[in-house]
Amino acid sequence: MSALTGLLLLLPAAGAVVGCLAPRTAAVRVGLLAALLTVLDAAVMLAVFGYGASGVPQLELDWPWVPSIGLRFHLGVDGISLPLVVLTTVLVALCIVALRRYVPDPGHERALVVLVLVLEIGMLGTFLALDVIVFFVSFETVLLPMYAVVAIWGGPGRRAAANKFLLYTQLGSVVMLVGLLAAASYAGSFSIQQIVDHSGHGMSHTVQVLVFLAIAGGLAVKVPMWPLHSWLPDAHTEAPTVGSVLLAGVLLKMGTYGIVRIALPAAPEGAHALAPFLGAYAVVGIVYAALACLAQRDLKRLIAFSSVGHMGFVLLGIATLTPVGVNAALFGNIAHGVITGLLFFLAGAVKERYGTTDFAVLGPGMRAKIPHLAGFLAVASIASLGLPGFAGFWAELLALLGAWRPADGLPRTAYLVYLAVAGVGSVLTAAYFLAMLHRVAHGEVAARWRAVALPGVSAVELATWLPLVAAMVLAGVWPRTLLGLTEAAVQRLLGGG
Amino acid sequence: MTVQLSGVAVPLLLAGTAVVVLLLDAFLPARAKPAVLWVGVVALGAAFAGTLPALRSGAQAFCRTTGPPACAYDLAPYGAMLHLVMIAGAAVVLLLSVRAVGEQHLPPGEYVFLLLCSVTGALVLAAAGELATLVVGLETVSLPVFGLVALRRGGGLGSEAALKFFLVSVASTALLLFGASWVYAARGSLWLVDLAKDVGVRPELQPVLVVGVVLAVVGFGFKVAAVPFHAWVPDTYAGAPLPVTAYLAVVSKVAGFAGLLVLVGRGLVPYAHSWAPALGVIAALTMTVGNVVALRQRDAVRLLAWSSIGQAGYVIAPFVRGGRPIAGVDPLAAPVSYLVAYAAMTMTAFAVVVAMTREHGSTSIADYHGLLWRQPLAGAALVFALVALAGLPPGLVGLFAKVAAFRAVVYGGAGWLATVMAVNVVVALYYYVSWAVLVVQRPEVEPARRPVTTLPPPVGAAILVSVAAAVLLSALPQLLFAARDLFPVAAP
Repeated sequence: MSALTGLLLLLPAAGAVVGCLAPRTAAVRVGLLAALLTVLDAAVMLAVFGYGASGVPQLELDWPWVPSIGLRFHLGVDGISLPLVVLTTVLVALCIVALRRYVPDPGHERALVVLVLVLEIGMLGTFLALDVIVFFVSFETVLLPMYAVVAIWGGPGRRAAANKFLLYTQLGSVVMLVGLLAAASYAGSFSIQQIVDHSGHGMSHTVQVLVFLAIAGGLAVKVPMWPLHSWLPDAHTEAPTVGSVLLAGVLLKMGTYGIVRIALPAAPEGAHALAPFLGAYAVVGIVYAALACLAQRDLKRLIAFSSVGHMGFVLLGIATLTPVGVNAALFGNIAHGVITGLLFFLAGAVKERYGTTDFAVLGPGMRAKIPHLAGFLAVASIASLGLPGFAGFWAELLALLGAWRPADGLPRTAYLVYLAVAGVGSVLTAAYFLAMLHRVAHGEVAARWRAVALPGVSAVELATWLPLVAAMVLAGVWPRTLLGLTEAAVQRLLGGG
Repeated sequence: MTVQLSGVAVPLLLAGTAVVVLLLDAFLPARAKPAVLWVGVVALGAAFAGTLPALRSGAQAFCRTTGPPACAYDLAPYGAMLHLVMIAGAAVVLLLSVRAVGEQHLPPGEYVFLLLCSVTGALVLAAAGELATLVVGLETVSLPVFGLVALRRGGGLGSEAALKFFLVSVASTALLLFGASWVYAARGSLWLVDLAKDVGVRPELQPVLVVGVVLAVVGFGFKVAAVPFHAWVPDTYAGAPLPVTAYLAVVSKVAGFAGLLVLVGRGLVPYAHSWAPALGVIAALTMTVGNVVALRQRDAVRLLAWSSIGQAGYVIAPFVRGGRPIAGVDPLAAPVSYLVAYAAMTMTAFAVVVAMTREHGSTSIADYHGLLWRQPLAGAALVFALVALAGLPPGLVGLFAKVAAFRAVVYGGAGWLATVMAVNVVVALYYYVSWAVLVVQRPEVEPARRPVTTLPPPVGAAILVSVAAAVLLSALPQLLFAARDLFPVAAP
């Protein structure tokens, strides 16, 4: 059964190799086949996963890699990583489906598909890793492919945006490496499980604070946490649709996942000392992002900034250090991945048709011009602003609930303030999404588009978007599917608390 | 003293070949003279094979018969690893030289003779068991290279480079010699085994010992081009014939580090308090200055020169916690891993630069625009080397070397140095990736005057050998860490 875990990395790798060798016209088909087989693999894992023991890693693969330094190639899934694995495989497959229909300039679809598959290896490796060095190597694996995707297929400012992305996130990675190695030195092992079980014994308070600061701080660049977020809007705005979808849908989650998986349990005292600051930065991020969104005149930039806000809710959940909050964070990870993934697909569809994502040029009147596209945009926006019935609602509500009653010893007054501020942020979120819909979708068709024929929503596009809509409704109406999965593992990471 | 010539068979083979080459050169007709380069390559290949058994058991020669056992030539298994790196590096340099020797009218016999002499010295340096051998080894590495740097006739640059290098080499050996004599004055023995015993010295001799240790370490600081002893590097690298520059950057530098490892890791372990903090500061300075200056370089050779200074910082960093194992990690195993990785990556980059310089006659970075599309092998090899030097997948060789260096520093508790290293990794990433991007970019218009050219076979082989080593070490990173199994735990 553990072969399933290995196949998750092997299938995209095989797809990438075959894609390289295949003739140019067949490359996308080869990539799609590999991505679909990976989805199938993940689905089988969903089926055979032991839900009774979702707190412990399953389907493990544990090989010696560099025996002389005790490094093992150790992979596995538990309740925390399984949903992220499924999300990743599905988003990658949808991205490649989207590439079958439309390849951004300058073409070279073969290279793009291969890069997306390499990205998938790194993303899945990060979620599957049960060894800090494997985690680090996987984390680094996504860097260059994403850099290339932005730098080659991006918009006019792509080079600067790609450089910014590369340098910012690499700084975060290396700082994280220092923290990981420090934690490993105290636990006497690179194994994530052993580091978790060791839970910071033998570290002085100062060391705990420093270790948490290094690991969580390094990862916070990727999340991104305000004020380390400034690479994100540029990268998103310039990136092609597939880049944006994977960046928002998966790459950002690698940051919060790492914080929950490694940083919290590795240095619990450090987490306790820094959690109030994490919470403060999180809510500042929520409000800052909402205000920035109100000022945006560009759809992609708006979605990018809204990501900073949503990830703020995720961080707030983590900062409560309670099972409710951390579960909310993991829920928020998936919800944001699905909803923002969809939003970026829609933004891509808009850009493809109108040639721009600037509100002033686009709107108003998309609803009259391309009703289905406007409809999807409205649904995704409403889901994103956290309306009940959609996944985003639970993510925000549970994070706020966690803040209402943070873990023992955390300053409750501060968390009540965070709760209030985050509440204001979520009202502002509603405001900017509705304002965006008003400017873009409603009203009379703008004069410049009246005589232009714009294509409607195609079947391939529907096939790309509908699964995401279904997922966000499912998680919204029936949140237990996801929460039940993460709960046991969260209990374990928070030291049975 | 017992002599076991079998222990020094490999250095003897190379020294013997050097003499044979000189004789051959005198008797061969001018047309056939370049063949001696191949004699050198074959000898180095034999030396490589001959060193393999030493990976397991080491090799000893010239052992004393009185007192605790000790040998003047005492090759530890980790030293054998460095021997392999230096021998392979020298072979690649010879391959790269085949063309340069012909085009720049360098005398082939002298060229190979000097190179093999220097390699012999490098091997002795990495295996030194006492201070006199160490000094002789260092001298033998450096002096022939001085000749190699100056061989280019008629060029003012070459003479200036050679003079700079000569002065630095002399200074570095003089400092080492001076330091060794002070250490000898304080401890009464030249044997590293004796020095490693932590016996107290008379209080009035304590300062003598500290000065001796510092002088000896600074001597190696010049050799490995650590900041602030690095000023000779850029001009010497730029002025020397390019294959000789590659030799300086890879073989000569690894030799310097091998000597430093022998000196502080084997001999001066008890006096870590006088060298370890200083080396920590030197490491931080070296990587910072090297990387920051490299940011501004527009010339491939100068960029690689400064990058090699920056990389040296990561090799020195693990020295910050002294020579004793901490939490089961020998801090001095990381430099060996890093040197193996460094040699493979840097040699690949230099091999491509040698190949391209022939094509364009200049070494400007701008000439590398679209190289991947004109010269797929050279372009791909260069991109791989640069990505590995930056420490990113798929260049796992560089990533694991960095992990090893970080691990030694973090386990040693030197958080400040780890932070400096982290910032440096990002700084270096910028210039490596900028260059790699330039190589990958497709030229806007396909210029007819720059068609896909074929590489001369020896240069192609050199690129292939070095990039194959880098790829192999990326696929099997455990080979890098074999050094840890080979590393003797320092005497308590």
